Amino acid sequence: MARAVMSEIKKDHIHKLLAKGRRVDNRAWDEFRPITIQPGYIETAEGSARVKIGNTDVLVGVKMAIGAPFADTPNKGVLSTNAELIPMASPNFESGPPDENSIELARVVDRGIRESQMVDLEALCIEPEKEVWIMFTDIYVLDYDGNLFDAAFLGAIAALNNVMVPAKANDRGDDYPLPIQHMPISVTAVQIENSILVDPTLDEEKVAEARLTVTTDENGDLRAMQKGLAGAFSLEQIYKCVETSQRLGNDLRKLIG
Amino acid sequence: MQARTGRGFGIKVMTMGGNSNVKLISDDGIRVDGRKVDELRPIRIEAGVLKRADGSAYVEFGKNKVLAAVYGPRECHPRHMQNPAKAIIQCKYNMIAFSVNDRKRPGPDRRSVEISKIISEAFEYVVFTENFPRTSIDVYIEVLQANAGTRCAGLTAASVALADAGIPMKDLVPAVAVGKVNDQVVLDLQKEEDNFGQADLPIAIIPRTGEVLLLQMDGHMTRAEFDQAIEMGVGACKRIYDLQKDALARRYSVEKSEEDQLEEAPAETQEG
Repeated sequence: MARAVMSEIKKDHIHKLLAKGRRVDNRAWDEFRPITIQPGYIETAEGSARVKIGNTDVLVGVKMAIGAPFADTPNKGVLSTNAELIPMASPNFESGPPDENSIELARVVDRGIRESQMVDLEALCIEPEKEVWIMFTDIYVLDYDGNLFDAAFLGAIAALNNVMVPAKANDRGDDYPLPIQHMPISVTAVQIENSILVDPTLDEEKVAEARLTVTTDENGDLRAMQKGLAGAFSLEQIYKCVETSQRLGNDLRKLIG
Repeated sequence: MQARTGRGFGIKVMTMGGNSNVKLISDDGIRVDGRKVDELRPIRIEAGVLKRADGSAYVEFGKNKVLAAVYGPRECHPRHMQNPAKAIIQCKYNMIAFSVNDRKRPGPDRRSVEISKIISEAFEYVVFTENFPRTSIDVYIEVLQANAGTRCAGLTAASVALADAGIPMKDLVPAVAVGKVNDQVVLDLQKEEDNFGQADLPIAIIPRTGEVLLLQMDGHMTRAEFDQAIEMGVGACKRIYDLQKDALARRYSVEKSEEDQLEEAPAETQEG
């Protein structure tokens, strides 16, 4: 993805407002844009969700397939997460094999799901060493207006949350919902001139110096983190991001149902 | 990985031409989803659904869900593709991984490359490409959920997206597939009919002139059936055309109250 161009006027505007403690769209520093989640959006997927955070629009689907387990985890199902930044979503996205941005996005989402042990992978073993369920989670960004990490993560957990394992169609007994053990939520904030802004828009991302994604579970425990961009955070800022993630995570979790 | 069977029929997918023994049309001419032979699926068209794209549209043909976005005219990449006399149209048709029952590996395959090519060529004729030399008009079609007839739904959506992007064209382009099921010509095949049908014929036209922009056929049709299929397809395209125009009218019509608001406070221009 080509680094997006940003007009100096807009940059100035964001900085000047921030000096007065305001954001371009009048949100509080710890306020998300309006969020809509449409679970079960795609019938051909075993689980799916379309998530909008402001103008950012992400579609996530889960397909289940039967395959061989990894040799080091013979009795566990397999989690596979993939993200596509399709050229539809932004003039700066290009078609082709995944670039570093889509790989980072997929891996950060994957980590949040995997490390939180959201899904009981052992319950997805059909026959140890031979057959397990593979969960393919595919993330498609349809419209990019900032904060892909949280939109993709919300989409992924909402999609996993409504998966029915297609056991019957595969002659493996009756269909059953995915065994969900935890409900992790990610909250991403950026730093601009020592201010912390949650749920950055695209324009805010373009002037941001550093980005931090914090994933917490329903107990407020930390499950995954990812710092991005070239800037640095102070320790106070990190604590602020963690506390914000725990607090907002509780609100966002209620949207998943 | 084991293939899933056709929903409700319990039989594996097979190719065109054979297998007309699966009964898909009742004796009084009603199809598996309750439609008559010359009836379209419910169609929904929305224009301007994405913020960042220059133009966009969302289309549902029954259970098909398709999104189209247009960028351009913009600088043409790769450079050697530039035409000093006119714009080129680069359409990319893509099915997302979970749009079909067995997960499709992301990325282009031979089928999507072919479909992208014929849709690009169809639009080449209607867009006034000579107005934009050296540029590229990029059309992205993403099939979110597939249920037969995705190329027609995609083309229908892309045409609305081009109009939404303000690109000058001779006309909007509607498209539909006609097929043959149980020895009868039927309109707008859905998945079971497509899987077990005897022929499939996607068609796109310029409604104002009646010219045909896209035509494919596979399977087996007699000459009489072919004539009937074309007639049915052209008639249906005109109905879809009305829905396309309606979607654009809904997108761009300004209500009285909005008009007043616009005069009071000029909308803040914001670009990505």
